[in-house]
This record gives sequence, structure tokens and C-alpha cells, in this order.
Amino acid sequence: MLELIVISTLNGVLYGMLLFLMASGLTVIFSMLGVLNFAHASFYMLGAFFGFQISRWVGFWPALLIAPLLAGAIGAAVERYGLRRVHKNGHVAELLFTFGLAFAIEEIVQIIWGKSPVDFRVPPLLDFPAFTIFSTNYPAFKMFMLLVSVAIFLGLLLALKKTRIGLIVQAALTHPHMVGHLGHNVGRIFMLVFGVGTALAAVAGVIAGPALVTQSNMAGLLGPILFVVVVVGGLGSLPGAFIASLLIGLLQTFAVSMNASLAGLLGPLSPDLAQSWLSDIWNVTIAQIAPIMPYLLLVLVLIFRPMGLLGTRDT
Amino acid sequence: MRDITVSAAPPPPALADKLKFYGIWVGVALILLLLPKILSSGGSLTTFSLIGISIIFALSYNILLGQTGMLSFGHAVYYGLGGFLAIHAINFIVGHKFPIPLPLVPMIGGATGLFFAALIGWVSTQRSGTAFAMISLGLAELVASSALILRSFFGGEAGVSANRTKLLKVFDWNFGPQIQIYYLVAAWTLVAVIAMYALTRTPLGRMCNAVRDNPERVQFVGYDPHVIRYLAFCFAGFFAGIAGALAAINFEIANSAYLGAVQSGTVLFAAYIGGIGFFIGPIVGAIFVTFLSLGLSDVTPVWQLYFGLFFIAVVMFAPGGITGLLMMHRPLLKGGTMLRVLPSYAVALLPTLAMVIGLMLAIESTVHYTVNPSENPHIRAFGIPFNAASPLTWAAALALIVVGFALARLSWRRVGHAWDEALTTARQNGVAA
Repeated sequence: MLELIVISTLNGVLYGMLLFLMASGLTVIFSMLGVLNFAHASFYMLGAFFGFQISRWVGFWPALLIAPLLAGAIGAAVERYGLRRVHKNGHVAELLFTFGLAFAIEEIVQIIWGKSPVDFRVPPLLDFPAFTIFSTNYPAFKMFMLLVSVAIFLGLLLALKKTRIGLIVQAALTHPHMVGHLGHNVGRIFMLVFGVGTALAAVAGVIAGPALVTQSNMAGLLGPILFVVVVVGGLGSLPGAFIASLLIGLLQTFAVSMNASLAGLLGPLSPDLAQSWLSDIWNVTIAQIAPIMPYLLLVLVLIFRPMGLLGTRDT
Repeated sequence: MRDITVSAAPPPPALADKLKFYGIWVGVALILLLLPKILSSGGSLTTFSLIGISIIFALSYNILLGQTGMLSFGHAVYYGLGGFLAIHAINFIVGHKFPIPLPLVPMIGGATGLFFAALIGWVSTQRSGTAFAMISLGLAELVASSALILRSFFGGEAGVSANRTKLLKVFDWNFGPQIQIYYLVAAWTLVAVIAMYALTRTPLGRMCNAVRDNPERVQFVGYDPHVIRYLAFCFAGFFAGIAGALAAINFEIANSAYLGAVQSGTVLFAAYIGGIGFFIGPIVGAIFVTFLSLGLSDVTPVWQLYFGLFFIAVVMFAPGGITGLLMMHRPLLKGGTMLRVLPSYAVALLPTLAMVIGLMLAIESTVHYTVNPSENPHIRAFGIPFNAASPLTWAAALALIVVGFALARLSWRRVGHAWDEALTTARQNGVAA
């Protein structure tokens, strides 16, 4: 039991930090541009596939640097030549533009790399168990993932709180027009933020690619959960996104390792229920409903706190 | 004060306008009745049935997006649940020998859609705008994933099937042949379209538009925007359920793909490409998208990519959709200056077409190399044979894209100037734009 708790906590925090790596970019982009980037998870996928391709050519470590830069450049171009054009057509058009983009990126990835998973391996340097805990070997690569995401999180925090550009970004979160009036090139800041945000998502893709499955549907699987994170945390709230990321990461990881079902808990009380039309609900285990846990959380949050955990603005 | 009362009560429409209005509906009914006489092959009947279902679905979606300003990424939930309940209802009716004919089954689908929209909508319509879009996506994922867990009701991956011919016969029709299904779908399409059009003319329909345009003002006047969004959501769910039930009857099966993200995306594409600003927009979009997906999938393996790129192009360059583009020309037609912009259109069309062809050539050649590189490089795309391995193809594609893009930019700018001039003249001619 203790083993389960320790391992699940580690995995949950890791998954949560990965989610936050993406959710942070998404939140900042949303606060500044007012558009929720539907294609954000697609940049995560692009990061994973670029990382896979580049690590085949020149190795994993250069890929860790080049792939996010490449994805970030694509992201900046999307903002400069796509979103900025669509902006005059309103928010719905912006959201739909990113929706169409997500659709097109998935198709392009399918054309280039195919539909089946690619063989993205953990680099040999990190392919060993970091430590053994209650007879479970914990892989070093996962510790590396945790390290990278925590490092980026701290770096982001420092950059936002201590640097000049961070101050401008913070100001633009709440008062974008005022920042513009003060003479800053808001257009360039938007492009920069979009590029950095998508590059962060791509970093998450490169480090998650070898540990999870690198496949053309990975954006479609992760995207909805990402949006749940930002809605549960409160749209536009960075601390909210952080809490929600960890919450959902832990929730899902713990749920996967639990095998209890209603039948197991209450089964002896009424054995005939297992045969009735309720049998699905009766017999399903918590592990089986783990994938829908984030959405259940979303419904609960919406009922009891519609603006999200730390959200204030109603947009 | 007098002015307001006068403008609030328009004069009753003249007889000619009334005739025109009802004439359109009678004309549509006649066309629907006579269509299978002209094109009677099995394939075209199936296509027409699909289009009819898609029209109801797209129009129900537009109650949300076009009329109330709610962007939903999970509208297929109500479509799918309507379909599933219809299939179960058919099985149940057959099993218990109830005297209920097939044409009434879509009502069950509609009621299901209404029920679940009423249940889920109360939570999700609390927010509007972007938050609503994300919530609809999350709830859609919730239902779609639950469908795979609750196997005994949703039938897992395989789905649930039923036999539509075993129900009570109406006028000796057992609804086995496609022609009878076509008439069933056509009748329901006509009824649903009229009902949804009528809905836009009710006070509720008008309040929906007000909530879309200025929810704060609506609140100020004394309405609750949440309640209005909720009511619109319920109506949308009801009609989506009817569409889903018709689809289930048409295919005699309902599976989890009915509820999925692809279905939600398709209806969004159809409504937006058609144009969400006009009532007829989603109808045009449904017809267009159905033909496009049926036609493109025959000629190229990557039709979905073209579909996505086309959607992006519509969002970027024609946010009003197809009907929006056509309606833009109304003031020019009335002002009699339409002929001035046509030449510049013709000039702009040529480089644009060149660019599109270059893009298609590049995509098809790339697809050849990544999907099946070992095969013969002499491939056919859209029925045109070419050699994907020859450098000439690649050079041609590149040249077409670059030159086409440069010229298209120039020529579309000229279209803009010609357009402005034509519009100004049309306005001077005394036509309000």
C-alpha cells in the first residue's frame, strides 16, 4: 500500500508537471490574446515527432533543444500570419482557426509519420533505473522528465517575476490595451508569447515522447484534458492552472492503480445486481473510469464553482 | 415615444410577400417529392438521405452557434444519444409488438436529445464564450468515453443494430427500400426545417440573438441570459436527437462514433462553411460538405487534409461562409454595379487556381513518398496521372505555388479596390447597403 502511494504520487506529480508545462503556455496565451489555442496539444505532438525525427539524425540531446525551437518558430508564424489576420473576425473565428489548424496538423503528421506509433526510445544515457523503492525500479528518464519540468517551471516563475519582459507580460495579462498605450509593441509581444508557449508544449512533447506513446492521436487524447485543466483552474489564472494540473495528474494516476468497484465493495449485499442492466456500473473498476476522471472533476467544479478554482474573470 | 411603438409593430406583410414566402416552402416540398423521380439510382438516394440528416443536424447546431453565439464542440452527444435510443426503441417496439410505426421513432430520438440537453445544458450554459466551448468539449469527452465503458447499453466498439422493417406498416410501407427511407428523411427534414425557421421568429429566437450580441444588455432588460442559453441549448439538443435517430434508422446501427469528436467537428465544419449568419447557411453547408466528403474520398486518400485546409481558408478569408460570400454581392446587384467587379474576379481567379493546383501537386507527391514509397511513382490524383518522382513535377509545384501566391496577392488587392468602387457607386445609386 505504501509502495503504491509513493510510486503513484511520483508519477502523478510528474504527469501534473507535464500538464502544467502545456497549460502554462495555454493560459498565458489565452490571457493575452483572448483566444484559447485549440492547437496547443498539436504543438505538443509536433514536439514529440520533431524530437523523434531529429534524435534519429543527430541524437536526443540536440533534439531536446532544436525540436522546441522549431515548433516555437512554427507557433510564432501561426500567430503572425494566421491568428493576427483572423483577429478582426472575432473570437469565434480565432478559436475555429486554431481548431482547423489542430485538424490539419493531425492529418499532416499522419501523412508523414503514419498512424501507428513510432519507435521513440529513451536515450541510452538515461536508460537505467534511478533507484529502487519497495522492489519497484523507478526509471531515470522519468526523474529527468520531472527535473526538466520543474526547472522550466522555476525558470518561468523567475522570468515572469524578475525580468522586464516578464513584467510586461504580466501587465498585458490583465491590461493589454494599457500596455499598448504605454508604447510597447504588443504585436511583437503576442508573437513572442505564442512562440514561447508553443515551444514549452513542444518541450513537454520531446520529454514525454519516449516515456508515453508517440502517435498521431496523442494530441487528440491530451487536448481535451488540457482544456479541462485550464477551465478547472480558472481561465486565465496561472496559479489555478498549476493547482489543477497537479490535481488532475494525481487524480488520474491514483485512479489507474485502484482496482475497487461497486461490486467489490457492496457485492455481497446484493449479488443479483451484477446480472441486471446495471451490471456495467456495478462491475466497472475505478481504474477503468480513470480516463473520464478529469471530466467528472470538470462537472463537479462547474456545479459548485463555475468560474474555476482560482478564476475571477467571466469571459 | 410614438416612433418606438410604430417601429415595434411592422405593417402586416403584403399579399405578394406572403405568396412569395409560402411559395418557397411549397416549392421545396415539391422538389423533395420529385427529386427521386429525376435521380433514382440507389447511390443518389442514399446521398440525399445523408444530406437531409446532415441538414437537420447542421441547422440544430446553428441554433447554438449562429443564433445564440455558443460555440459547441460536443453537439454530437445529443445526435448520438438520439440515435442509440432510437435503435433501442425499435428493438423494444419489435420485441413487445407495440403498434408504433417507424415514422414516429425520430420523435423518440428528439425526446432523448431534449432530455440530455436539459440535463447537461443547465451546467454547461452557465458560462458563455470560450469557457462554454471548452466545457462542451469536456462533457462530450465524458459521454463518449462513458459510452465505451457502459457496454451493455452502447454495445462497445461494435454498436447496437436493429431491423427497421419489422415495425407496424404504414400504407403498406415496411421501410426496407432506400426510396421509402428517403421519403421518411425528406418529410422529417421539411418539418424540422420549418420548425427551426419558426423558432427564429419567436420572441425566444429574438432573445437568443440578443444574448448573442449583448448579454449584459439582456440582463439589464430583465432576462436571464443563462436561462435563454439553456432554452436554446434544449431546442438544439431536441433537433440533433431527431437527426441522430434518422441516421440510426438509415444505417440500422448506432455505434460510439455517433457521439464522438469527429461527428461534432463535422457538424461544426458544415455549419461554418455554409455560413452561420443566415438561416439558409447551414443547409448550404450540409449539402456542400456531404458532397465534398463523398466526392473527395474517392479521388484522394488524404481528403481530410484538404477538408481541414479548406476550413482554415474559409475561417481566414470568408468568415461569413459560402452564403456570406454570396449575400455580400446583394447591394452590388441591386445597385447595378455587379459587372464592374466580375473582370477583376476573373483576373484573380487564375493565379489563385494556379496556387491551389501547385499545393495539391505538392501534397499528392509528398503523400506518395511517405505513404507508399515503394509503389510506381506514376500516380493519379483527381483522375490526372503524373510522375511523382520526376524533378519536373516538383519544380512545377514549387513554381505554381510561388508565382501563383505572388500574383494572387496582387490581383486580390485589385479586387478589393474594384469592390470598393463598385460599392460606392451602388450606394450613390440610392441603394442602402
